[in-house]
Amino acid sequence: MQAFGGKVLFLDRSNINTDEIIPAKYLTEISKEALKPCLLEDLNLEGFDPSKDIYGRQVVVTRANFGCGSSREHAPWALEVNGIRMVIAESYARIFRQNMFNCGMLAIELPAETIDRLFMEFAGPDTEIYADLEAGRLQVKSPGKQADIAFSISGFDRELVAAGGWVEYADARYQAAR
Amino acid sequence: MGKTVAEKIFDAHRVDNPAGDIYVIGLDAVFCHEITTPVAINDLAARGKDRVFDPSKIMAVIDHVTPAKDSKTAMQGKILRDWARRHNITNFFDIGRNGVCHALFPEKGFVRPGYTIIMGDSHTCTHGAFGAFAAGVGTTDLEVGILNGVCAFRYPRSMRIEISGQLPEGVFAKDLILYVIGQLGVNGATDCVIEFAGPAVESMSMESRMTLCNMAVEAGATCGICYPDMTTVDYLWTFIEKEFETPEAALASYRKWLPDEDAAYEKVLRFDAGDLCPMVTFGYKPDNVRPVSGMDKTPVDQVYIGSCTNGRIEDLRVAARVLAGNRINDSVRGIVSPATPEIYRKALDEGIIATFMDAGFCVSNPTCGACLGMSCGVIAEGEVCASTTNRNFYGRMGKGGMVHLMSPATAAATAIAGHITNSALFEE
Ligand code: SF4
Repeated sequence: MQAFGGKVLFLDRSNINTDEIIPAKYLTEISKEALKPCLLEDLNLEGFDPSKDIYGRQVVVTRANFGCGSSREHAPWALEVNGIRMVIAESYARIFRQNMFNCGMLAIELPAETIDRLFMEFAGPDTEIYADLEAGRLQVKSPGKQADIAFSISGFDRELVAAGGWVEYADARYQAAR
Repeated sequence: MGKTVAEKIFDAHRVDNPAGDIYVIGLDAVFCHEITTPVAINDLAARGKDRVFDPSKIMAVIDHVTPAKDSKTAMQGKILRDWARRHNITNFFDIGRNGVCHALFPEKGFVRPGYTIIMGDSHTCTHGAFGAFAAGVGTTDLEVGILNGVCAFRYPRSMRIEISGQLPEGVFAKDLILYVIGQLGVNGATDCVIEFAGPAVESMSMESRMTLCNMAVEAGATCGICYPDMTTVDYLWTFIEKEFETPEAALASYRKWLPDEDAAYEKVLRFDAGDLCPMVTFGYKPDNVRPVSGMDKTPVDQVYIGSCTNGRIEDLRVAARVLAGNRINDSVRGIVSPATPEIYRKALDEGIIATFMDAGFCVSNPTCGACLGMSCGVIAEGEVCASTTNRNFYGRMGKGGMVHLMSPATAAATAIAGHITNSALFEE
């Protein structure tokens, strides 16, 4: 299984929708790579500059209901082609969360207090978070500080990540099902 | 313990239960459009899996940007068109016959009570108006739907919204659903199916029920559901008359998709439709809702009437009633897009198109277009659009633009006034 983790992009807002993650005008792209420069282009967040703040980040930490709005899987893809394969949030919109696991990526949910703590104690450009899927732990590191946080995902989601996504998983099992 | 509608549908369609509350269900229909499907088609081809599980259960339409506006959108249409031909998907709707998916597919009779439907589009929840489980999914789920005719969901939790009384004159399904979203919040129904019940819903047309279910996703819901009744059967009758002897027999059969009396709901919300007034959104989230009177005099640059929420004949009729004999304000650009060719034709026959044109509206072809800021009415930075669509996200209809969601009646009155205002149909 692939490793998940790296430097963190903190997005301190709830209800970040998929139009903000990848604006509709880029839905005419038919390759994932083309989405790379457009990630979070329309994010409505004070002080955030997509041209500077995304580069080199592998993890997003954000608040509640991340990925609400349109069903576009372009949102997880835009994250993926920028090297961001793990999102940590208080909660997600259903479709976005499913899309992440369907692509073999991680959408981890943590309680509001834990998310608060991450923002209060760790928000900054040098924080890194790594996920240990087997142990269900997150290692959080920033200069002079660290934390070890438990998380859980369902066995099914773990299998999707292990299979590399839902297409391979499903086609192996359900071709003759109907 | 009794079952909710969604639980009955899931139990009847269960293919597998790979873990805990995860159900893999068989699909009765997979709907496709040219924005999210071409990527799925290309990805399946790249995996050596260019197959479809059953071409008769796949319906496809080019609706989001049509006619194509540039080479990229032309290519999206071409990929979908070539694929439909290659796999013998006969229910494919190309230019001349195409319309907004969630208005077109019901009109063609593709939705039935008890059906399971997915589409790579979040407003697929619209089709729950027929008592179906219909959910928007991402491209990967769509790929598996196309390939194997199945989709995985968490076993559904349901909430029920019971609406007593009747909507006052000049207040519509759109106002009702905006009010509900305002009450629930944008994630108040996440992972839930919402059942809409009560006299106010029972007396609604199928068009109004679709408006209601269309915006269930704006509260985070997987699907909105209305219970099948004689209104549902009448709407479907021409498509099902070979299956059933009489409409009553059809209804008797569809009654198996009603919830049990002792079904368990996560939450039950009750209110009286008679207390409602016309509603409008004011911010960048669809739960930023307030009465139209609270936004009175907010100037707008454009008024848009159309989309899968409110581009149906009933919506155009109401707007035309408000517009009749009036001109829209000089400061406003008015655009109307009948959601399907059939609606367009009816609107022509009934003189509604003439009313719109006399009032100064531009009549566009059936398309999503401006709703998602891709064509046919994109707004400029700093501009304000009064719109009958379903999303007011920042930049939704054009970068830096503001969208106020409202009913067709309010939109028409706003076009005449040049600023947000109640229609004359509503008396305070
Ligand atoms: S009309 Fe708007 S909301 Fe409806 S399907 Fe088209 S783009 Fe989506």
